[in-house]
Amino acid sequence: MYTQALDVHGTEPVAAAAGEAARLAERFQARIDAEERIEPKDWMPDAYRQTLIRQISQHAHSEIVGMLPEGNWITRAPSLKRKAVLIAKVQDEGGHGMYLYSAAETLGVERGELVAQLLAGTAKYSSIFNYPTLTWADIGAIGWLVDGAAIMNQIPLCRCSYGPYARAMVRICKEESFHQRQGFEIMLTLAQGTAAQRDMAQDALDRWWWPAIMMFGPSDVESKHTAQSMRWKIKRFSNDELRQKFIDITVPQALYLGLTIPDHELRWDEAGQHYRGGAIDWNEFNAVLKGNGPCNRERLAARREAHADGAWVRAAAAAYADKERRRSAPTGEAS
Amino acid sequence: MTDDWPLFEVFIRSRSGLEHKHVGSVHAADARMAIEHARDVYTRRAEGVSLWVVRSTDITASDPGEAEALFEPARDKVYRHPTFYSIPDEVKNL
Amino acid sequence: MSAAPAPSLAEVARRQAHCRYVLRLADTALVLGQRLSEWIGHAPELEEDLGLANLALDLIGQARLLLSYAGELEGRGRDEDALAFLRDAPEFSNLTLAEQPNGDFAHTIVRQWLLDCWQLEIYAALTDSADSRLAAIAAKALKETRYHHRFSSGWLVRLGDGTEESHRRVQAALDELWRFTTELFAPDAVDQAMQAAGIAAPLAQPAARWSARVDAELTAATLQRPATQPYPWHGKSGVHTEHLGHMLGEMQHLPRAYPGARW
Repeated sequence: MYTQALDVHGTEPVAAAAGEAARLAERFQARIDAEERIEPKDWMPDAYRQTLIRQISQHAHSEIVGMLPEGNWITRAPSLKRKAVLIAKVQDEGGHGMYLYSAAETLGVERGELVAQLLAGTAKYSSIFNYPTLTWADIGAIGWLVDGAAIMNQIPLCRCSYGPYARAMVRICKEESFHQRQGFEIMLTLAQGTAAQRDMAQDALDRWWWPAIMMFGPSDVESKHTAQSMRWKIKRFSNDELRQKFIDITVPQALYLGLTIPDHELRWDEAGQHYRGGAIDWNEFNAVLKGNGPCNRERLAARREAHADGAWVRAAAAAYADKERRRSAPTGEAS
Repeated sequence: MTDDWPLFEVFIRSRSGLEHKHVGSVHAADARMAIEHARDVYTRRAEGVSLWVVRSTDITASDPGEAEALFEPARDKVYRHPTFYSIPDEVKNL
Repeated sequence: MSAAPAPSLAEVARRQAHCRYVLRLADTALVLGQRLSEWIGHAPELEEDLGLANLALDLIGQARLLLSYAGELEGRGRDEDALAFLRDAPEFSNLTLAEQPNGDFAHTIVRQWLLDCWQLEIYAALTDSADSRLAAIAAKALKETRYHHRFSSGWLVRLGDGTEESHRRVQAALDELWRFTTELFAPDAVDQAMQAAGIAAPLAQPAARWSARVDAELTAATLQRPATQPYPWHGKSGVHTEHLGHMLGEMQHLPRAYPGARW
């Protein structure tokens, strides 16, 4: 079960000798190799636990921060149907964040701790959400490209070795499918609309294409976590593999829309059967990751404000619950 | 922290006839709020007809370290399974 | 082929009152839904983000059904979006209470709770309406409203009987918003026309039930019912506070900036 109150390491004796530790680690790796799922109270190397806490919480933070760029257009959605769909989508994102925090909590960390790290600026989240949504077309581009890229990452995670994370991902993937479709539908409506709307769609693609393909993370040679994560089946495909797959799927979609991908070097490689693009500017990616992107400050400020403004509300609910507990146990028995 | 809300585990019965299944957890100040949170987080797509919420601290779990002692012995008592017994085909209703 | 006889003046007046009545319900739901949607991403806790979004979605859903119906009754070819995005403030007939700004969470909860209690009465009465379309919409909306009321009254009690600070804030919100409640059950010519047609019920009993429920729930929340402030708000007739104009300016910007565009 997911109880965090119980001893999360179970009753496996603390490894007294290096030999014992090695035996446990070997048995653990054998389970992973056999595609067994690791569940919350199973023995696991501390590095596996810490890697998962880091990865799951970053994913959760991304969903929560991700509510903000799209939330920015809810009050201005241009039709009631689009407004309702956007609210449902952003609501889903909040829900996804919650499924992921739940999964992280099974590893012995509290949600409050993780949120505190995010608000303190010490936790990472997907850099894509540090870009502004400047027009309605951005909402289409985000659904089409950002959710599209996220789906590419998320489907393999449904088979991740850690049970709660895999199950959260299955739930998320089921819900995610409408997100991308609604985004593409918005782009299609704009691309087939007035000249001003077509320009709006092209402008959004110009601004979101490169950040979207940077979502897959640094190139495999640069990525320091990949090898171990692959061995532990926390990661199932490399960054470059997923990025290439995304590009191959998305370029024909852009062609269908009649829009131009902002990469002059993009061409079809007949021999390799892939679309090949120009070099990614990793300086921008790193700058955004370090906190110097267009919206990093605003995103964190918004989350800090919500948290601070909400403190009295959370305290009130806790105080009331406390009063009720005492009122219903007048003899002083623990309830 | 004075504004911390405890963790509740959520179980949903997706339709009558099925058992409640564990789907995840929510934070809430009390059980009534936990039901609302569970409803808002886990049943947006008509996934359920009934919800249980249980404080995480009220759940007792078996210890994986004892899994062998708890669960292995059942493995060799195959006489608990109907396929262990040979009954001639001509005999009906057994 | 001879043309159908022109409707009598009385018939025209009745149809206009019918359309106007449905629009009031629609606009109240729309404006309240829009206000709630402003909270998304900024709520006091993640679970409340989802809860408030759920309320907003339900209300916008009610608005869409009611606006579409009002457009049909009007007979000028206006659909839900034409009505939502191309009318100016004086043509909106929402209750004044609905357009009040969110303020802090206490303010939002008090506004929500007062209107949930109102919707409970109005929708319940409408399930018996001679207008079967309206009755069906009301029946669906009533289920949603019951959940909304559970949410808002639950929070009213937690805030009222929580900490000193929450009690102070929610009492202050109540004191400020109470004046808008005079409009909730104040009957006018449109209401009278609807009662005569069997479409709406008289308001005296719903008003009394609303008042009794409000009293009971305020007591549970350890809150004081403010004194009656008899200023006659006229949001239902298109006379609003300054807040609505700003809200519509934001909401309606895109369709107005790109006339004729499809979204």
